Amino acid sequence: MDEMMLLEALEQNARLKVTDLADILNSSEDEVRKTIDRLKKDKVICGYHTVINWDKAHKEKVVALIEVNATPERDKGYDSVAEQIVKYPEVSSLYLMSGKYEFTVIIKGKTMREVAEFVGSKLAPINGVKGTVTSFVLKQYKIEGVLLDEQKASQTRLKVTP
Amino acid sequence: MIVRDRLNPTARDLPKSGIRKFFDLANTMEGVISLGVGEPDFDTPWHIRAEAIYAIEKGYTFYTGNMGLIELREAICDYQRRRFGLEFDASQVLMTSGASEGIDLVFRAILEPGDEVILVSPTYVAYSPLVTLAGGVPVFLDAKEETGFKVTKEMLEEAITDKTKMLFLNYPGNPTGGVMTKEDYAELVPLIKEHELFVVYDEIYAELTYEGKHCSIASFDEIKDQVILMSGFSKAYAMTGWRMGYLIAHPDVIHAFLMIHQYAQMCPSTISQYAALEAAKNGDDDIEMMAKQFMMRRNFIVNGLNRIGLKCHMPKGAFYVFPSIAATGMTSEQFCEELLKDQKVAVVPGNAFGSAGEGYVRISYAYSIDEIKEALARMEAFLRNKGYLK
Repeated sequence: MDEMMLLEALEQNARLKVTDLADILNSSEDEVRKTIDRLKKDKVICGYHTVINWDKAHKEKVVALIEVNATPERDKGYDSVAEQIVKYPEVSSLYLMSGKYEFTVIIKGKTMREVAEFVGSKLAPINGVKGTVTSFVLKQYKIEGVLLDEQKASQTRLKVTP
Repeated sequence: MIVRDRLNPTARDLPKSGIRKFFDLANTMEGVISLGVGEPDFDTPWHIRAEAIYAIEKGYTFYTGNMGLIELREAICDYQRRRFGLEFDASQVLMTSGASEGIDLVFRAILEPGDEVILVSPTYVAYSPLVTLAGGVPVFLDAKEETGFKVTKEMLEEAITDKTKMLFLNYPGNPTGGVMTKEDYAELVPLIKEHELFVVYDEIYAELTYEGKHCSIASFDEIKDQVILMSGFSKAYAMTGWRMGYLIAHPDVIHAFLMIHQYAQMCPSTISQYAALEAAKNGDDDIEMMAKQFMMRRNFIVNGLNRIGLKCHMPKGAFYVFPSIAATGMTSEQFCEELLKDQKVAVVPGNAFGSAGEGYVRISYAYSIDEIKEALARMEAFLRNKGYLK
């Protein structure tokens, strides 16, 4: 079975059933199930998420992007700082960056006050964190490749054409 | 004056396309889910649209030369070399307003009254009427599902007469999704050479070939002067509305096309030509992304159709499935009308593509998996209501 195709199909629509996937991949349900189980075990498939436009769902909840300056530790580099940051459930993504600052922390679905509290009382005091700059997202246009509020142009196609 | 009597009877009396009839019916209904469309559902990739916008901003809104932009014709030669290993010179490439203009040009430039053109039925709807309008005579080969809707040496041999001027091929094909291989063509090449036939090869779906690589009949050196390659940007790059096609042929043949094209068309849309230039140069990734999506949908719909009792083989190209509805005992038109009325699903009757299409329907899978899934569920309900599925 074409594993890359399986992953692509799931990435586009994680809600496809095993029967649908078997049809799409021209394979058997059993084969699909086994492959998915293995990909989960190998941590290739790391989770299934719903793309949510928080602007619409809850007026108070925001997405924040925090730039973090940090000092590396002998032998461990930035990993020990990262390990402390990722443990907080408020953190939805954490990246080590090239450039002017070390980490990008992304927080989703919290209120502005909650983000401020998290930065002040949890993130900034971490050993090795030298400074933070917090930016709030004003409006979301596209998340994970999904255009929010998209009007599909192909709906203007004629119903029957040669 | 009775205007009707003063019209050219050939044009006036051409049969209405079977698709058009069905389109009129489907369009009057609400809540129809259609699998009747012959164009991709993807948006034209943004970088291609952006080039068209820049072209307008820069004021590239004048005529181009009759042949089309030289940069574009050179880019098409690069594309043909890169994708299919074929060598052409830009002087052999004529840009047309969609492959559709190309179809009309080849018949008008080559046919003399009474010349026969061999078409493969089921066939795309435009070929036969345009042969007739050009004064030629369409001769149909009935392709069979069992042989993957291919043309065999025996079929071709039987159809050739001393009037035969042209063989018209379209693989991957609309409406069947049939594909021919290098070996299949090799069988036909000696006959084509011996009888000095022109071969028009409509390969608009070339990039939508799912198993193995697309093989063009233009790759056979012994008949290379006789082959007219017809293609365009509509299906590979989701650019149907841009109307960008091209013909590639021997310079003398191109010259004859140009004589008509320069007066009837002048040149295709300049803005579309700039968009096509971007597509030909930087669109390979788009082609591959869309082809992969089509392949997944093809697998999904074919497995689904077989499960609900509409038996069909896995087509190897284009974005159509052509299942048999023989088991229902209905004609193609009955089946499609009943399905539309009963479950509001639009598919196209196979006989719209010639008599060899009777007993089949054309189903397009240029739709999202969710739309196909919904259509399959409705078709299953239809077959169950009618008692064809237990």
